[in-house]
Amino acid sequence: MRVTVTVNDQDYIRDVEPRLLLVHLLRDELGLTGTHWGCDTSNCGACTVWLDRVPVKSCTVLAVMASGSSVRTVEGLERRGGELDQLQVSFALCHGLQCGFCTPGMLMTARWLLDRLPDPSDVEIREAISGQTCRCTGYENIVRSIRHAAESERAAG
Amino acid sequence: MTAALTPGTSGRRPDPFAGHASPMGHGNMVRKEDARFLRGRGRFVDDIRLPGMLHGAVLRSPYAHARILSIDTGGAESHPKVRAVITGADLERRGMAWIPTLSHDVAAVLATDKVRYQGQEVAFVVAEDRYAARDALSLIEVEYEPLEPVIDAHRALAPDAPVIRDEIPGRTDNHIFDWEAGDAAATEAAFAAAEHVSSCEMLYPRVHPAPLETCGIVADLDPVSGRLVVYATAQAPHAHRALYSGIIGIPENRIRIISPDIGGGFGNKVAIYPGYLCAVIATSITGAPVKWTEDRSENLMSTSFARDFHMRGEIAATRDGRIQGLRVQVLADHGAFNGTSQPSKFPAGFFHIFTGSYSVPAAHCTVRGVYTNKAPGGVAYACSFRITEASYLVERLVDVLAFDLGLDAAEVRRRNLLRPEQFPYRCATGWEYDSGDYPRAFELALEMAGYDELRREQARGRRTRAETGEGTVMGIGLSFFTEAVGAGPRKDMDIGGFGMADAAELRVHPTGSAELRLSCMSQGQGHETTFAQIVSEELGISPDDIEVIEGDTDRTPFGLGTYGSRSTPVSGAAAVMAARKVRERARLVAAAMLEVSADDLVWDKGRFHVRGDRAAGVGIGEIALAAHSGLELPEGVEGQLDATCVYNPPNLTFPFGAYLCVVDVDPGTGQVTVRRFVAVDDCGVRINPAIVEGQVHGGLADGIGMALMEVMAFDTDGNHLGASFMDYLLPTSMECPSWELGKTVTPSPHHPIGAKGIGESATVGSPAAVVNAVLDAIGVRHADMPLTPAHVWSAIQGRPLRTDLAIG
Ligand code: FES
Ligand code: FES
Repeated sequence: MRVTVTVNDQDYIRDVEPRLLLVHLLRDELGLTGTHWGCDTSNCGACTVWLDRVPVKSCTVLAVMASGSSVRTVEGLERRGGELDQLQVSFALCHGLQCGFCTPGMLMTARWLLDRLPDPSDVEIREAISGQTCRCTGYENIVRSIRHAAESERAAG
Repeated sequence: MTAALTPGTSGRRPDPFAGHASPMGHGNMVRKEDARFLRGRGRFVDDIRLPGMLHGAVLRSPYAHARILSIDTGGAESHPKVRAVITGADLERRGMAWIPTLSHDVAAVLATDKVRYQGQEVAFVVAEDRYAARDALSLIEVEYEPLEPVIDAHRALAPDAPVIRDEIPGRTDNHIFDWEAGDAAATEAAFAAAEHVSSCEMLYPRVHPAPLETCGIVADLDPVSGRLVVYATAQAPHAHRALYSGIIGIPENRIRIISPDIGGGFGNKVAIYPGYLCAVIATSITGAPVKWTEDRSENLMSTSFARDFHMRGEIAATRDGRIQGLRVQVLADHGAFNGTSQPSKFPAGFFHIFTGSYSVPAAHCTVRGVYTNKAPGGVAYACSFRITEASYLVERLVDVLAFDLGLDAAEVRRRNLLRPEQFPYRCATGWEYDSGDYPRAFELALEMAGYDELRREQARGRRTRAETGEGTVMGIGLSFFTEAVGAGPRKDMDIGGFGMADAAELRVHPTGSAELRLSCMSQGQGHETTFAQIVSEELGISPDDIEVIEGDTDRTPFGLGTYGSRSTPVSGAAAVMAARKVRERARLVAAAMLEVSADDLVWDKGRFHVRGDRAAGVGIGEIALAAHSGLELPEGVEGQLDATCVYNPPNLTFPFGAYLCVVDVDPGTGQVTVRRFVAVDDCGVRINPAIVEGQVHGGLADGIGMALMEVMAFDTDGNHLGASFMDYLLPTSMECPSWELGKTVTPSPHHPIGAKGIGESATVGSPAAVVNAVLDAIGVRHADMPLTPAHVWSAIQGRPLRTDLAIG
């Protein structure tokens, strides 16, 4: 089946099997390996991307379902000219990542959260990332990173 | 809104953190590896795509125990996208159906005669894409004759139990080994004379490290050169190369193992798995690179599990709670093959450190290993070679003792903790603890938590509940752990015959930047940063100018890799010693440059100057340039400053810590909420404090997981009941509290910079604190992990259930 999809502002057309998962389209067909895969059961969230600006688990979306839509992945989080998103900076400053495997998914959810809720409480941050597993950080510094990003963005106006 | 990307414009860092100057030497700094991960530019094994690459998939056994009557691969072979199908019979012809394990046993690569656990590898399909390989699995027909499985370890040695390893000539039972440590007679005497004895049966259930990235490989044999390149999730690349060489007969010089970025390991990525070997064989059959990435249920069902220790512990004490002796008998469930990855002289790992942090005059343990119809493994999940089980045992027993004697659990610990003047301390089972100030760490944890006030709050809560019958119950749990990490020395400890030492090669370039090549392998611990800081501290070169290289056998020296919290104790020491050699060589060169005697030079933060004349000096960069120049070099310097060290640790390092957990339990539902967790850790000198704290955070989450949620249980047919993340529950951000960390610093006297390992401390120390807290809340003497709502509720009803079996 033909898929026409915009990923990180770039248009792609691919002929794929109807059963191809979006995560595999991104990783195997488009070479965007920043989006990871970590489970068979939609539990871990390593595969989280935006589909039309809403976070989805790309292991649970068929590539063909994304046809006509726009997808944003971690590779598309940087602004034009390579400026890092504040969240990327904050994760580094607050040691919000260790192995980095969960990080792309965490970043996509966190960006979505802060776009809607610029001043989230810790509970709201924890709820937002509760569908995503991290095996390394015990979540503490991820929460801290997201809070740091929120504060930095507010301070910058 | 955003930070500017300013490559190379300010400072030396070619990333947006240029403004955040890295310290010279130890301290917090933005990790050097972060820039790529944050942009989605990490390179994990499954990210690798080679031209013409094929994909493998493994057919696995649905049965826990069954005889294979026939395998028909015809259907799969005729699939248009399938390029090869490999079975145990094919491997048998190559002499590779069985391979040696690291624990004096053999394990099946692909089953030939029988399958011995659910999920065991039966056949390997190679196809043009991932999906086709999976499709073809369903076209393979295997006829099985189901056999009675042995699921309960306690049944493994029953006279009528089926013999799992009947392929071994003469084998008539499921017994693997008996092992003991300590002094049985002295312990017997201590128990005979004791005023009080408490005993308790407890299970440390089978759990799984479940790194977020599963295991995988890309194997690429160049048919022309005969050179094999393996990209794999390997915590120990050099050990893997040696093992592959031994198994497949290609000499090491023609094998290159590359561990790219690893998405968490925790011990899961130490062993060589059948899927890896099948991919290697498949690349040799097909002449194309072959990728195999396991899925999550494969990871949970077949790769190294952890624990599964059934323990009966006894503690002898005075009536006021002073410990006189400890004794434990363990039944160790090793699964179908004895495949633990641990020092080969220690069949129960380092479990015999079970006297923990206390002054215990006499101790004895026996460990009996048995086969069952479950996956092999046993040492994984940040356990420091089974110190997790040991620590849990003693910390639970101390609480049981306090419970039986009606004493406060903190007070019992206070009465028994080792005192600073007892160090170095030789424990009853032979370990020599290098350094510690336990009371200081313990009192700090109690103070941070406000222990006395918590107890008062608990008393008030109990009164209110007694009056109203409503509300949650609060519990306070303590644990004090001692770890032993950084194996060897090599004379005592080896893995698969290789002495546990590690190497560092340090090259200092002409302009004073450097590269450090290491035999260890990061899985998220931040080695690129920490090790650059170690060298920076020694040589006064900015960490930004020190490249750390690991995970590639072509570019790094031989060594045993990263597990058991070895990296800083062993490789870290190797890096320090290599840097010090560089410094001594630099001193000679500086002396030649300044035309003074080397003895007249003073080292000061990256610079040698003449004693009494600070102005007359040269920096490490100038010295490096001179060492590469036409300068007449003094005797003892061949040219350049490069140095190598193979570090054979004189002893393990003994980090320790005091943990306190506060929980609220709903007695009506058994639901546990972790309200607070205070963790005081002492890992000696901290190189990068933020990285150390991050390691602790992760381990504390593991502890909550194991104590409250994680278990791989089985039904009586041997079906794995934890084979996905729907069933094997991991802690999320909602179950974890905000951790409260404290620290004390007691340097290791034998490590060159006084550092100890930290990677596993929290995983070792925290489960007991959580369990002790829950049991304290509900007033129950003992119940096994995981304390899920159902188990807590049953325990409250006085009918604790077995957590490892689903009966009926
Ligand atoms: S891979 Fe999508 S949720 Fe785990
Ligand atoms: S940083 Fe490793 S899984 Fe989150």
